[in-house]
Amino acid sequence: MTTATLDPELRPALFDYLLRLGDDALVLGHRLSEWCGHGPYLEEDIALTNLALDCVGQANGLLGLAAEVEGAGRDADDLAFRRDALDFRNALIVELPKGDFGFTVARQLLFSAYAHLLYEALRESAFEPLAGIAAKAFKEARYHLRHSSEWLIRLGDGTDESRQRAQTALDDLWMYTGELFEKDDTLRTLVDAGLAPDPRALEAPWRERVEAVVSQATLTLPEDDFMLTGGRSGRHTEHLGHLLAEMQFLPRAYPDAVW
Amino acid sequence: MSEQKSTGGMVPWEVFVQPRTGAPHEHVGNVHASDAEMALQNARDVYGRRGKVVSLWVTPASAIHATTPDDSGPFFDPADDKPYRHPSFYKVPHGGKNV
Repeated sequence: MTTATLDPELRPALFDYLLRLGDDALVLGHRLSEWCGHGPYLEEDIALTNLALDCVGQANGLLGLAAEVEGAGRDADDLAFRRDALDFRNALIVELPKGDFGFTVARQLLFSAYAHLLYEALRESAFEPLAGIAAKAFKEARYHLRHSSEWLIRLGDGTDESRQRAQTALDDLWMYTGELFEKDDTLRTLVDAGLAPDPRALEAPWRERVEAVVSQATLTLPEDDFMLTGGRSGRHTEHLGHLLAEMQFLPRAYPDAVW
Repeated sequence: MSEQKSTGGMVPWEVFVQPRTGAPHEHVGNVHASDAEMALQNARDVYGRRGKVVSLWVTPASAIHATTPDDSGPFFDPADDKPYRHPSFYKVPHGGKNV
């Protein structure tokens, strides 16, 4: 089905879902872009900003599609730059500050392993425009996963300092991973309609993939299963407000600017 | 070993890009990396994101052996002044295709 043939009953859930996906990509892309000019060396600076561009490109597509589904005359820019933190639907893990290089690498591994599985499944979505975006995003996520995996392995199985920083990063990030696999009413509706994959079904393959990389990196995953939540309903950490203040400043201060 | 320490284990790799299937790989520059997998990824990120690339080669710069400017005389000059070595006096028969 397309936007035109979409069952009106599905619109609110689909709009919400596309915001989640789009905001994940937008906020993560922003965090990655913060490395521009600050990478450990030139090639990695370029790699991280390439990853950022991939994410922002996905956000552009997903938020544009969200606006279309909403049908209220907004576009991708309106959604990206004129919503406040309470209206953002990203998972908490992507809004955390970039931290040190080990933190960025660990966060990217944990998120990309999920995104890779998510987009692989979304290629079969009954909503064709979303399946189209997913086909492209899947290839990008595969590369992001490869890049972050190889880095985590080298950091974990590296010097004492790199191993300690990589392990600390995993320990700090672990409680943010559960949120990626939550299944609420929005998802129940979309899974039943064949528009989205069941996130619960993604968790086991995600865990397997993450464990394989972490063990090759000679690191360990935390045992604790306490998980934070709230991003999908607009209850964010204190970090998102600061991120949006920076990201949204220009279009809000100069709404008529063009270049 | 001391050279490795000062570079942090990073060495230069020369990068060759194949723009279309069947075309030759062309030298486009170099990247620094600690090992082959990272060299491949670095080359993709630095050289593989604009224009068409179907294949990427990286090789440690140390594996490339090149002539020096001093060599160019003994290596390359004699080719010029012996025209009888070149197949330039053979006329292709009219209608001959795959010669």
